[in-house]
Amino acid sequence: MTERQVIAPDSDTALWNSLRRHTQARIGLGRAGSALPTRHRLELQAAHAAARDAVHSPFDPDVVASALAGAATIRVRSAAPDRLTYLQRPDLGRRLHDVDRAHLPRDGWDVVFVVADGLSSRAVHEHAAAVVRATTQRLPSDWRVAPVVLAEQARVALGDDIAHALGAGMAVVLIGERPGMSAADSLGAYLTYDPRPGRTTDADRNCLSNIRPPLGLSHTAAATKLATLMRRARDLGRTGISLKDDFTPTLPQP
Amino acid sequence: MSTYSATLGGRTHSFAGLAGLLAAASPERSGDRLAGLAADSAQARVAARWALAEVPLTRFLAEPVIPYETDDVTRLIMDSHDAAAFAPVSGLTVGELREWLLSDAADAPTLAALAPGLTPEMVAAVSKLMGNADLVAVARKVQVVTAFRSTIGLPGRLATRLQPNHPTDDPAGVAAALLDGLLLGSGDAVIGINPATDSPQAVRDLLDLLDGVIDRYSIPTQSCVLCHVTTSIDLMERGAPVDLVFQSIAGTQAANASFGVTLGLLDEAYEAARSLARGTVGSNALYFETGQGSALSADAHHGVDQQTVEARAYAVARRYDPLLVNTVVGFIGPEYLYDGRQILRAALEDHFCGKLLGLPMGLDICYTNHADADDDDIATMLTMLGVAGASFVICTPGGDDIMLNYQSASYHDALYLREVLGLRPAPEFEAWLGRIGLLDEGGGIRDVAGTGHPLTAIGRGLAA
Repeated sequence: MTERQVIAPDSDTALWNSLRRHTQARIGLGRAGSALPTRHRLELQAAHAAARDAVHSPFDPDVVASALAGAATIRVRSAAPDRLTYLQRPDLGRRLHDVDRAHLPRDGWDVVFVVADGLSSRAVHEHAAAVVRATTQRLPSDWRVAPVVLAEQARVALGDDIAHALGAGMAVVLIGERPGMSAADSLGAYLTYDPRPGRTTDADRNCLSNIRPPLGLSHTAAATKLATLMRRARDLGRTGISLKDDFTPTLPQP
Repeated sequence: MSTYSATLGGRTHSFAGLAGLLAAASPERSGDRLAGLAADSAQARVAARWALAEVPLTRFLAEPVIPYETDDVTRLIMDSHDAAAFAPVSGLTVGELREWLLSDAADAPTLAALAPGLTPEMVAAVSKLMGNADLVAVARKVQVVTAFRSTIGLPGRLATRLQPNHPTDDPAGVAAALLDGLLLGSGDAVIGINPATDSPQAVRDLLDLLDGVIDRYSIPTQSCVLCHVTTSIDLMERGAPVDLVFQSIAGTQAANASFGVTLGLLDEAYEAARSLARGTVGSNALYFETGQGSALSADAHHGVDQQTVEARAYAVARRYDPLLVNTVVGFIGPEYLYDGRQILRAALEDHFCGKLLGLPMGLDICYTNHADADDDDIATMLTMLGVAGASFVICTPGGDDIMLNYQSASYHDALYLREVLGLRPAPEFEAWLGRIGLLDEGGGIRDVAGTGHPLTAIGRGLAA
């Protein structure tokens, strides 16, 4: 139900139809009194239903592993045992499952990419592998990149725990953003230098959001921005608000 | 630490310290449960309210919920407390304050004079003894008027924030959504964009775009591109057209640190914003957003319940005479406010507490798709907050924000609210709506679809 035709023919119809090329926002909907026309009211309800369903569709790490085509991967779970618990207990989603902690090989990694389901596994299935590959290609060849960690029932800060266990100097968490009514497949990227579980705060991260081609940020544009930020983070020795470009303080993490 | 107790159902319930008492007295909500602060039974919750009703207001000045030494928000609250303003209620308990607030003695001028004498903890405490209708009845009496190029908060008025967000900050996409909102009579509180990035150049481009439209059509409103306060300070130094300086704030020093702000930094922003003097009918130049759960989310709540911490954020806000403060009430998610019922309660509490503390309170009446809420909850909240006299609400095209991925009120919702409650836009903006031919005979917004209204020129260039 994403088509946006206007039923009532009027002289502004052509204008709104051409403006819709520039935005997915629900503009020019018309009015029934002060309220929405019936069709648009039902369209909104359909989109809401789709977003509600997206939150609960399960993550399949195999999809990402095969899209990474041979790159080494490690699978982990957070301490949240299921979706319902995950939604109500962000503290558990930020912590590694104790069993899985032992599977992470500690070494002198420069960076670890964490692919985390967050609130939309669809976003992760469709975009995460491509962003990991394109970003890795743009990094200096002497950087030591850890196996890609595929994390289930994961919040952003789970990357801190993972990076710490691996001994990685930087974490890039690619995570499914909460589904909107017009975007159930939006990927976010959170870059954290020297992540420390419990000590790293939101202000220590840089964020790229809305990775969602063709309407949001493209995979290559995201990779270019990320790789640039990563090099600068290493030179500067930090990430967060002092590393200006893409930090979005008003956007909470999934 | 002091202990508070009450006997109920044949059992004596005890609560450790004012913080423990306030938390246990809170209505059920997921965030307090997550933090391990919620009452452990329904009877314990009511017992906490009995005990809280007996606490003298002066007790809140003697027992800070977060130590003075460790938290600059506590120091701000204590050091700025106005004992003279507090005098009329200084002999009351929390329960007596509830009854006094509901009485005819507490009229608009009295409540305005009282505001500097109240602390966030006092207003949070009394709100916990109030029903939803009480929160509406008292908040409705409070008047807080602020101004920049439009006047916000006058009786019988409801302003709106027009929020033309775009996921890649595409200027054409923003302009298209801006046109949509203006044609629906929105934007008198602010035309405010949440940019997708905090890149100073991207913010600058959007500021120039909004400034251009406001200037070209002589719209009596103000723009804001919601970026980090350091970015705004930087842009102001470089001569960017910054009307309002924005910042997300919270109720503890540590939570503010997680947003990358300190009171010193906000002081600096305040001075910079005022020095630009871009307002025409007033000089309130700051815009703050708050919302229950942010301190808990940052692990910076110090064992204080999320509503009390939220009220403390208002102490930070009022230091800076803001034009607008809004609680983004259902934005963070179900781990803090689980469903429509919890979001509604929080919205009424936040609005009540903010207004009693003297702030121009508006709301982003909203929910995320992982919360148990829908558009009927928006309608319920909107109606109650309209009756309660909210200064402004945030509106998005069709109620769907395509950049932040959440649902808020729509421009249509604001039209509904103005219609059913007889509310009008800010006076300067209303006059402009009349000049531009958007006002109908009854004071509502004319439906101009199909008439080729002059404002559509904003879109015609983009459509070409």
